[in-house]
Order: sequence, then structure tokens, then C-alpha cells
Amino acid sequence: MTRRTWIGWQFTAPFLGLFTMVFLAPIAYSAYLSVFRTRLVGGTTFVGLENYTKALSDPQFWEAVTRVALFLLIQVPIMLGLALLVALAIDSGRLYGAGFFRVAIFLPYAVPSVVATLMAGFLYGIRFGLVGSINEALGLNLPDPLAPGWVLATIGNIVTWEYVGYNMLILYSGLKVIDASLYEAAAIDGAGELRIIRAIKLPALRGPLVVATIFSIVGSFQLFNEPQVLDSLAPNSITTYFTPNIYAYQLSFAGQQINYSATIALLMGVATMVVAYLFQLRAMRGEAR
Amino acid sequence: MTATPTVRAAARRSGRPPLKPTARQPRRRSAVLTVVTGVMLVYAILPLAWLFISATKTQEDLLGTFGLWFGGEFALFDNIADTFTYQDGIFGRWVLNTVIYVVVGAGGATLLAALAGYGLAKFDFRGRRAVFAVVLGGIAVPPTALAVPTFLLFAKMGLTDTPWAVIIPSLVSPFGLYLMWTYSTEAVPNEILESARCDGAGEFRIFFKLALPLLAPGLVTVLLFNLVAAWNNFFMPLIMLKNADLYPLTLGLYSWNRQANTVGGDVVFDLVITGSLLTIIPLTVAFLMLQRYWQSGLAAGSVKQ
Repeated sequence: MTRRTWIGWQFTAPFLGLFTMVFLAPIAYSAYLSVFRTRLVGGTTFVGLENYTKALSDPQFWEAVTRVALFLLIQVPIMLGLALLVALAIDSGRLYGAGFFRVAIFLPYAVPSVVATLMAGFLYGIRFGLVGSINEALGLNLPDPLAPGWVLATIGNIVTWEYVGYNMLILYSGLKVIDASLYEAAAIDGAGELRIIRAIKLPALRGPLVVATIFSIVGSFQLFNEPQVLDSLAPNSITTYFTPNIYAYQLSFAGQQINYSATIALLMGVATMVVAYLFQLRAMRGEAR
Repeated sequence: MTATPTVRAAARRSGRPPLKPTARQPRRRSAVLTVVTGVMLVYAILPLAWLFISATKTQEDLLGTFGLWFGGEFALFDNIADTFTYQDGIFGRWVLNTVIYVVVGAGGATLLAALAGYGLAKFDFRGRRAVFAVVLGGIAVPPTALAVPTFLLFAKMGLTDTPWAVIIPSLVSPFGLYLMWTYSTEAVPNEILESARCDGAGEFRIFFKLALPLLAPGLVTVLLFNLVAAWNNFFMPLIMLKNADLYPLTLGLYSWNRQANTVGGDVVFDLVITGSLLTIIPLTVAFLMLQRYWQSGLAAGSVKQ
């Protein structure tokens, strides 16, 4: 039973005030900015949807969107697949030192993405990293992981390293809450390990997997920190429109095109939400079936 | 976000609290599985080992010796001293800034989320459903998508290049509110609140004295999520701050690393590496010590989606 009073507002007002300031107001302000154009000569003019039509036919914007979409389609399944395998292995009760595995594989989550990227840049870099050492020692000619053709894969590797343990733990937590009587019943039926995984564990992981996928969709579309930091280690590999977020950042800070930048940010925010929502809808429909 | 009724319904049917770990028969251990999973372990640990080893090297050894073994000289303590004295000791300043941003940002975000989550769970008021719908929508809005617009707005308000430009955005955590709402609904019985009201206690007094202790496990979870987010914060400080005295560690290390690219810039990779090691130690230690909390918290978070 809850009480219908005005006191509830007092509890929520501080949060709502700040929420308005850092969520609602920026969205409204960028929507406002997106329908104007500012020029050094001529000042600010109302242009309606011109910025949007410009964005939709802007090859640099599309290249950025395509890149993060590719990243999403390749990196996310690999990362979640690995997380799932490790979670199942730890949960199987057949590992020596399972507790150590769980904590150690999770640890990279505590490393800030800036530090993770700097490390990867040094570690894999040709200059004084492992690839350089291996090439020197074995006389090989392995490609530079920070070269333009490889840098997206390297970023995928960095993001996988950062988040595989976090996702593993979300899935592992999902496995932990499975009712023990289900396993007892399976044992009575003489079900083997693989059968238990298929019939009990994987269905129970559906919800956690959907959550992990949605977080990963958002993370991929909003990719920024890793390429931005790598830019200082491999300047020729990261373009000013490498991801949509980098493009919006560059437009605002290097290009002074704040109206167009706000349009890009808004478009990508909406696109991220739509894709996450569609995925959720599909996942739920699958569950109902 | 999405419902996972299967898990919770199963747990409820068994009459057990859903978070209680299930007792299992000890199984036969498998060396093969341990070794195979060990590959992932090496993958996770290797860069951290490399970081530690590299932080013990001089800049020449860094460039001249194999990455995964120690160099000729053990220079860790010299490197740490250099890190803290370089550029008039600005690194210490960044440590302090980070602590302030994290304590005020993550602590404040957790308190605000608890107040609002509890308020939404325990009081019926006009507009409650609308508030809830808008905030839930906020979970789906990626914070980075708002970074540039927030900068433009804060610039208009004169807030950029101040500590507030970093702190204010990190005070708002819609996901934290959502978690606190579920915890409040389940962990705080209405009967306790009613009897306290009969004794004439004020609502805020009830919240701080009665409800908050009951919410403790949830609070720790939300606090840990907010701590990680605040400690890792990079995009916001990058666009908001110009004055290097206000940088958090992430932005400071980034700026040191960039120096190598500027003409005549001082190349300080040894300091970037040692600084990185120092940056990850506090969170790593916190995670290891608070294991019990975040593991049960994550379980709660994932089940209650």
C-alpha cells in the first residue's frame, strides 16, 4: 500500500531536476540547434530539416555508421560467445579454482577504457610492443595491428578484453539463480551435461543475454574512447569520422559546425535507441512463441 | 528493460529467495576444461602483467627489451617518483581531482537514485507514472550521445571548464534509479513504514533511519556501478575541460601520451605506463575487497531486468 501525498515529489525532485538538466534539456537544445545553420558571414538562419537531409547523404557519416554496424555484427557475438562459454565452464563445477577464474577474468572491467587502450596500443604496437618483438625475434613480418586495415579489429580486441568478464558475470549470475530442483530432476532423468546446458541453462540465460546484447548494441554505436585514444598512438589509422561520435566531436570542436554536430549526435542517439528497442521487441516475441 | 519471468517464477515456486546460492553436489574436476578456460584467463591477465612489468622499466629498457620480462634495472620506484614530480607534480593533482569527481559524483548519484527510487516505490503522487516512464526512457539514452549537446548547453550556461561540468552529468543515473526502485519495492516492507508513521516519525527520518539500512545491499551495487562509471569517465572531461589542473587521471594520462605527437613535445611513455598502473590499482583493490557485494548485486541486477 502506498500513500498518495505530495511527499513523493520531495523524494524525486532532486533527481528530476538534474535529469532535466543533463538529459531532457540537451536533447531539446540539440533538436533546436539542428534546424539552424550558422555561418561566419550571414549569421544564424533557420534551415528546417536541411541538416538532416545533409547527414543522410553525407558519405563520411555513412562510412562511420557502417563501421560501427560492422563492429556490432562481428565483435559483439564473439565477445558474448566467449562470455557464455566461460560462464558455463565456471558454473559447471568442473574447474579447478573456479572462484579465481571468475574474479581474474572480470578484473579488466576495473580498468578505465583510456588505460586499456593505451596498454593495447603499447602492447600490440610495432614500436616497442609484442608484435614488434615477435617480428624481430622470429624474423616474421606480422602486420601492424594499428595500421589502417587492422585498427578496427584491434579496437574489437580491446573492447572484448574490457567487457568479456563483465558479461561473463552477468550470465554467470543468471546461471546461479536456476532452481536446484531442476538439476535434481535432470539427474533423475539421466540427462548429460550438454543436455542440461541445452534444456535448462540456455533457456534460463535468455533474459541476461538480451540485457547484455542491448548494452553491447549501445556500446558499439556509441564507440568513442578507444578510437579517440588510439588516434594519438596511430594518427594515420583513425579518421576524423571514424565513428559517428568521433565525427560529432570533431564537427563541434575542430570544425565549429555545432548545428550539424548536434544533428549527427541526435540522429545517432535515436538510431541507437531504435536498434536496441527493435532487438528487445524481437527477443520478447521469440520468448512468447 | 526486458522481463525474465522464467527465472524468477521458478525461484518463487520453490519457495526460496531467488538470490540464495543453490547447494550443489561437488563434481569431478576436469583438467582439460581448466586448461581450456585458462586460455581466457591468460588473455585477461596478460596485459595487466605487461603493464606491471613495463612500469618497472626505464624508458630505454621499455623500447629495448622484451615486453613480457623485466629489464636490466628495476626502476618502479624511480618511475613512481618521476610520475608524481613531473610537471610540478600535476599527477597528484589529477589523483585528487579524480577522487573528488568520484566521491561527489558516484556518492551523489547513488543517494539521488535511492531517494527517487524509494519515492517512486513507496508514494503514490500525481504524475508518478509519467515520471517513471520518462526516467525509464532515459536508461535507453546512451550518455555519450548526449555529451556534445550537453557541452553546447553547459557552454551557454558558463559551466564548461569548471569541476561542475564533470560532476553534474555523473550525478544522474537512470539505471541506478531503476535498481533502487526494485530494491525499495522488495526490501522495504510497508508495515514497518506504517508503524513508524504512527509513531509520528517524519518521512525523511524514516527513509534515513529505517529504509536506508534495509536498502544497503542494493546501495552498494548501485554505488559500485557509479564508481566505475565515474572513475572511467573520459568523454565528458575531454570536451568540458581545458584547464589541465582540473583533469581527472584518464584525461591527464591521455594528454601525456599525446605529448609524443606534438612537435618538440616531451616523450614520457614511461610515465604514461606508470601512471596507468597507479590509476588501475584503487579500483582493482576495491573490486577484490568488495567481491561479495558486487557479485550478489550483479545477480540481482541481471535477474531483475
